[in-house]
Amino acid sequence: MSGWSEHDGVAVGLPVEGIDTDQLIPARFMSRPRSEGYGQFLLHDLRFDGDGAPRTDFPLNATGAEDASVLVARRNFGGGSSREAAVYALVDFGVRAVIAPSFGDIFTNNAINNGLLPARVAAEDADRLLAALERGPAPARIDVHAGTVEISGESARFELADDHRQKLINGWDDIDLTGQHRDAITAYRERLRTERPWRWPGVGATS
Amino acid sequence: MSTPRTLLDRVWSNHEILRRDDGVSLLWVDRHFVHEGSHHAFAKLAHRGLQVAEPSLTFGVADHYVPTRRDGRPIGDPNIARMVRTLEDNCRTHGLELFGIGDPRQGIVHVIGPELGLTLPGLLIVCGDSHTATHGAFGSIAFGIGATEVAHVLATQSIWQQRPRTMRIHVDGALGPGVSAKDVALHWIAQLGADGARGHAIEYAGPVVERLSMEGRMTLCNLSIEGGARFGLIAPDDTTFAYLEGNAFAPRGADWERALDEWRDLRSDPDARFDREVRIDGAAIAPTVTWGTSPEDALPVTARVPDPADAADAASAERVRSTLEYMGLEPGRTLAGTPVDRVFIGSCTNARLEDLRAAAQVLAGRRAKVPGLVSPGSSQVKARAEAEGLDRVFRAAGLEWVESGCSMCVAMNGDLVPAGERCASTTNRNFRGRQGPGARTHLMSPAMVAAAAIEGCLTDVRPMLEGRAAS
Repeated sequence: MSGWSEHDGVAVGLPVEGIDTDQLIPARFMSRPRSEGYGQFLLHDLRFDGDGAPRTDFPLNATGAEDASVLVARRNFGGGSSREAAVYALVDFGVRAVIAPSFGDIFTNNAINNGLLPARVAAEDADRLLAALERGPAPARIDVHAGTVEISGESARFELADDHRQKLINGWDDIDLTGQHRDAITAYRERLRTERPWRWPGVGATS
Repeated sequence: MSTPRTLLDRVWSNHEILRRDDGVSLLWVDRHFVHEGSHHAFAKLAHRGLQVAEPSLTFGVADHYVPTRRDGRPIGDPNIARMVRTLEDNCRTHGLELFGIGDPRQGIVHVIGPELGLTLPGLLIVCGDSHTATHGAFGSIAFGIGATEVAHVLATQSIWQQRPRTMRIHVDGALGPGVSAKDVALHWIAQLGADGARGHAIEYAGPVVERLSMEGRMTLCNLSIEGGARFGLIAPDDTTFAYLEGNAFAPRGADWERALDEWRDLRSDPDARFDREVRIDGAAIAPTVTWGTSPEDALPVTARVPDPADAADAASAERVRSTLEYMGLEPGRTLAGTPVDRVFIGSCTNARLEDLRAAAQVLAGRRAKVPGLVSPGSSQVKARAEAEGLDRVFRAAGLEWVESGCSMCVAMNGDLVPAGERCASTTNRNFRGRQGPGARTHLMSPAMVAAAAIEGCLTDVRPMLEGRAAS
């Protein structure tokens, strides 16, 4: 995965609290292989009605929203299920960053692991950015180093944990990183087997 | 003098392989559960040509997609059949023990882990499922992870984690009749919000928690994620040890004694400091139901449906209005009396033996006015419930008694609530579309769901328990 630190794109406002991962991708789509692309499933039941027709009043169906790469939402974005498919749906749609006052913790980790920025802003700043998007999609600029987002002339600072910032900017992959610590893992494992054998399943079983 | 330590400190430090300069720790994983939904992670592993590092610490469980009406015939739905087969294939390829369809040990992952003694105090347990927090009831660190992390654990048996902040929820006093762990959980989540415990590990403590059975403790820890917590945990005690002793994979003989010695030290020191402390009066908690589309939308069953006009600001008013529209509720009406179309008793939250007993206690000798499904948390729970005759109580009441799986909680296996229908449910999420597109979910305890089934509407279970012996 390649890292990134600056982005110029199009922002869309979703002035809703609690967009959970069940809404980001309804469970019934999760058995599909990723190769089909998950962008079509993003917020499916909010974007489309029961007959599959786009709901015209939903912001992601506005003219110009098909190019959306930045979403702005209210508190508790991505809460709920650990399904990484929620992040796949966003990324495959073309989203690079979500701006909101709070995110689910598991969603945050999943986002970082897929190069998606979960940018935490103050609730008032989210309101201000949402107001700037009331009339429809607008240009957005994000600087991960500086921790700033700018939409239609409104700017805000966002919070991101240091380790997440580094990982996102450098596009680091955990399995590669952990490979450097193989000896430490082996040493831990051997110590565990000797000192705490009960932590292995079924140790001492007579059958 | 050593610094006072929390339960989290003790378990965390026992798993730390190393800590980076930025404070992120590489932690050893003692148990890793995979299910049908883990196919993305196995695909990542295959793509990179990697093997499972510790097959003996990794267990496969068929639960998310398994049909609950099965009698040995092949699965009808090709998509579901493929999901179950893919898990079987991945387990075979990597030499993992599988608790699959037809295995008497099969069940929902968070029910069978403890039942089989795979879950133990002082372990670190992960699974690609957010309700993994359930296992924290045994004093272990247990949390849900995404597919990239699942692949990492498969390949390395370790996981990178930033240490969470600590929060203690102390439940004082005693719970009233008809009030359970589910009500405690919905109560605190309504108070703090669905993101109220974000970034925190919660230790549940106090007399109410100490008196809870393991089933109740699991329900409480299970719902930690619904309040935004990274995980929840409870110090192990004699109740914990009695639940585990003799379970299939639990240590035996001298190993059990040695483990017990360590487990008795797994607690927070009396003067340990927490980043946040929350105190709740157990006696003040009523049977609780949700009215909206987030677990934080919870109120005593005696309360009224919120009115957008009472909201603090325009955004909140809009949220209440749109939630009530989805839920088909009118502001100001009492929650009790809201008609329901069906009920569901099941899920990793509330489908253990004690939960089924609580529902059966209300249903015994009564008849449900609406259809409903009862799916035991595991095949073992099902067998035990049948040995006690609970299945006959549910059937006599008019409810359907089926096999074990995640079923109507996540609606992946074909069990779903039709659009526009209202379901009283013992599950964990009332999200829009969770139980099926357009489904309206009200979360509550098993006893409250049983009461709703009998009355055909949301109702206070307490009067219905009068004269009935506590189970």
